[in-house]
Amino acid sequence: MSSAIVTGASAAPLVEVRGLVREFGSTRAVAGVTFTLAPGECLALFGPNGAGKTTLLRVLAGLLKPTSGSARVSGIQLPGGPLARSRIGLISHHTMLYEALSPRENVSFSAQLYGIRDSRGRVEDSLRRMSMLDRADTPIRSLSRGMQQRVSIARAMVHSPQVVLADEPYSGLDESGARALTALLQELRSAGTAIIVVTHNLAEGLSLATHAAVMQGGKFVRYDSVDRIDARSYTATYREALASSG
Amino acid sequence: MADILAAAWLIARKDLSIEFRTRSAFFSAVVFALLGLVIFYYAWDPTAVTATDLAPGVLWIIFTFSGLLGLHRSFGVEMADHAIDGLLASPVSREAIFLGKAIANLVFVAAVQAIAIPALALFYNLRLGDVAGPLIAIAILAAIGLVAVGTLFSAMAVNTRLAELLLPMLALPFFVPIVIAAAQATSKLLSGRPVVEAGAWLKLLLAFDIVFVAACTLAYPFTVED
Repeated sequence: MSSAIVTGASAAPLVEVRGLVREFGSTRAVAGVTFTLAPGECLALFGPNGAGKTTLLRVLAGLLKPTSGSARVSGIQLPGGPLARSRIGLISHHTMLYEALSPRENVSFSAQLYGIRDSRGRVEDSLRRMSMLDRADTPIRSLSRGMQQRVSIARAMVHSPQVVLADEPYSGLDESGARALTALLQELRSAGTAIIVVTHNLAEGLSLATHAAVMQGGKFVRYDSVDRIDARSYTATYREALASSG
Repeated sequence: MADILAAAWLIARKDLSIEFRTRSAFFSAVVFALLGLVIFYYAWDPTAVTATDLAPGVLWIIFTFSGLLGLHRSFGVEMADHAIDGLLASPVSREAIFLGKAIANLVFVAAVQAIAIPALALFYNLRLGDVAGPLIAIAILAAIGLVAVGTLFSAMAVNTRLAELLLPMLALPFFVPIVIAAAQATSKLLSGRPVVEAGAWLKLLLAFDIVFVAACTLAYPFTVED
């Protein structure tokens, strides 16, 4: 018997963010953000440097506590401890890898942190998806930046997360790496994973997303469903945000 | 509890694998310890101070400072490309991360001790055969205390620009009771006194370990909260 995956707005949201605020001293990095993501939905988040995108993702990943407002992942209020963190896959422009270890060792270590007992098959599969099996035993420090990023993506996916938080995941990837990542994210979406992608590439982000937002000064200055977006006006808003941030 | 210990061992194993591959901190600590022994040896006037009076102090000063080299590396390895974020975003508890780091540091300090203690015996012509058991007990108890306090302060200092200066400044005052107790207990043993005379110092080390392992494990999560 197979269980159908309920995706889209009719399903219970996997990510629910209401009036989320995160301050660092007197600086308000995230200033009252609200959105929801159902299974299979993807939010592309654009904005200038310092807009609060990374901070928002770090709050959702459980690395920062919200100052006020609420955030839920898979129905668990954040900061939600180990259970909430086990549902999330975090990709960052920092690889979060150990350079003395090999890709296989890094991904295997991550799988074990997530409590996957017989992890060998999962590790091989994750590395294969990112075309890193043939370099699986080379120390990370000997790999190019793009290859390290591929391993980082494999590491984040090895536990089959329900929610993927991807902060500039395309940074350092060559064309084939970018294609592999896009294919992987689309596959995850089809399987019911909710995804938030922070990127500076509008075309890349919009091709993946069901929703898009432009963030500036910690707030969403635009938040739309992708099928209602006029690409030209969206580009104009994004450029305005970049220009006004200096 | 079993989950915490399993995760701690996983993290310790990873740290030890990295240290085994690079061996950078271990060789630095061993060379530092041996150089320290040599310098103390040449500064020593055997007609004024006997070897059994001098050796305990030399031993514990060397352990304290060579241990700091390993403790500094402990969280330093997590800062390269923000590997610590991967650990903190995983479902492993913060306490398990601390204990994993502390276990790896304990193995590191014990490995340095395993080389430095025989070297000390060689330099100062000490007969350790009769007191090897109690001396190992002192070394383990003192190492646990040093590692518990040092691992916590390493976590606190690593994000600062002056981490290499800050770690000793924070940790050394807390190391004083351990160094006093370990040096006194070692002195009793090396001067041929019955082991029971070192008992009070061993109890002090044990009490320090129990209090500081528990306190530092509970305090660690606050060092990684923003």
